[in-house]
Amino acid sequence: MNCEEAEVLVHALIDGELDAGHAREVEAHIEGCAHCAALMKEYQEIRQAIAESDVRYKAPLELRRKIEKALPQPQAAPTRRSVLRGFAMGSAVSAMAATGLVAIVLRNDDEQRVENEVVSAHLRSLQAGHLIDVVSTDQHTVKPWFNGKLDVSPPVIDLTAQGFTLIGGRLDYVNAREIGAVVYKRRQHVINLFVAQTANTERKSAKISTLQGFNIRRWSDRGLNYWAVSDLGADELTEFGDKFESAMHANKEG
Amino acid sequence: MVVKASQDDPEKARRFREAALPYLDDAYTLARYLLRDAADAEDAVQECYLRAFKHFDSYRGPAMKPWLFAILRNVCRAEYARRKTAPTAVEELPEGGDQTPLWNEAPETPERQLLRRFDGDTVRKLVAALAEPFRETFVLREIQNLSYREIADVAAVPVGTVMSRLARARAMLRSAWLAEQEQVK
Ligand SMILES: [Zn+2]
Repeated sequence: MNCEEAEVLVHALIDGELDAGHAREVEAHIEGCAHCAALMKEYQEIRQAIAESDVRYKAPLELRRKIEKALPQPQAAPTRRSVLRGFAMGSAVSAMAATGLVAIVLRNDDEQRVENEVVSAHLRSLQAGHLIDVVSTDQHTVKPWFNGKLDVSPPVIDLTAQGFTLIGGRLDYVNAREIGAVVYKRRQHVINLFVAQTANTERKSAKISTLQGFNIRRWSDRGLNYWAVSDLGADELTEFGDKFESAMHANKEG
Repeated sequence: MVVKASQDDPEKARRFREAALPYLDDAYTLARYLLRDAADAEDAVQECYLRAFKHFDSYRGPAMKPWLFAILRNVCRAEYARRKTAPTAVEELPEGGDQTPLWNEAPETPERQLLRRFDGDTVRKLVAALAEPFRETFVLREIQNLSYREIADVAAVPVGTVMSRLARARAMLRSAWLAEQEQVK
C-alpha cells in the first residue's frame, strides 16, 4: 500500500469502517511510514477535539412551536369526548361503569404518551450543551429566571444538603406546551425534574415507572404535575422525590 | 368498541411526534452547517418536518435520523439553488471538485505539532468554513455520527465518494486548524 491509498483509507480505519483485512494493511503501512502515522495521529486528535467541544446547535423554541402548531393537535381531549359520546349513544354497558373504565384507560394512555415525551426531553437535554439554560446552584437565581417565561414558575428547591445538587433550570417542550425543567445532579447522574401546571389540584402520590431504560417518578401536588427522570436507580430516584416533597411541605409550613 | 373516524391524523401526528421530534436539534444543527444562516436553517427545518409528516405514511425505515436528513438535504439544496440566482451566491466547489488530489492539503513533511484545543465557537467556524460537499459529509460523520452507508444514502452518492470526500474534508480541516493555530500564536 502506498501513501496515497493510505491517506484515504486511514479515515475509514479511524471510523471503524474498514474490514479486518484492509485494517491490517493500513496499520502495516502506518507502522512503516512516519508521514502517515503523524497524519493519523492528528486526525484522531482533531476528531477528539470536535467530539469534546460544543459544535452543535439547539433548535429555537419558536421553531419547535411552529412545527407543533402545523401538526394536527394531540387527540387526548377529543378522544375522551368522542368515546364518552359513543357510550352515551347506546352502549349496553352502564354509563357509570363505562365512564370509570374509559377514564382509566384514557388516563393511562395519556400518561404513557406524556411519559414518552418526558423521556425524549430528558434525552435531548443530555446532548452536549443542551442541559441548562440558566446555570446556577443557587435557588434564588434559578427561581426568578423562570418568572415571566412560564405561566407558573416551577418550585426550585436546593437539595444539596440532601445529596442532590441543584445545577440549573431550562425551558422545555412537552405535551405540546412549554414547561419548566429543574436540573439536579447526583454524582454523574442528571435528574431532570419537569414541572407542569394542571387544572386538577388533587394530590396524587408518587409512582415509579421505567421507560427506555430511564426511571420516572411521577406525582401531583397543589395543581402541579411532576416528573423526575434519571438514569439513577429507582431507589435513589425515590429518595430524591421524597426529599423534594418533604422540603416542599416544610417550606409551606415554615 | 366505539372508535372512531377522523382520528387517523391525530394518531399519525402522535406517532410522528414521537419518532421525529427527538431529532429536531440534530436537524437544526445540520441545517445550520449546510446553510450557514440561522433564519434560513429554521425555515428549512420547518419545511423538512412538514414534508416528513406528509410522507410519514410511506416511511418504512431506514432509521429516522438519516431519513429526516435526506429530506432536509433536499430542502437545503433548493435553498442553494434559490441563492444562486440571488445576488449573493454561496460558494460551492465546481463539479468534480472533490477529485482534487489529497496531497495538496497535506504538507510534504509533517512535523509533529501539538494540536491546540479551541473553544466551541472557533471549532464551529472552522467546520463552517469547509467548502461543500465536504462540509456536509464531515458534519454527517463527525457531528451526527452517521455511518458511511447512511451518509451515502443521505447524500445519494456511492460509499466510495463518501470516503474520498471525508478524506478531503479532514485534510482541509486539518490545514485550517493548523493555520488558525499559527494565527493565534
Ligand atoms: Zn504513508
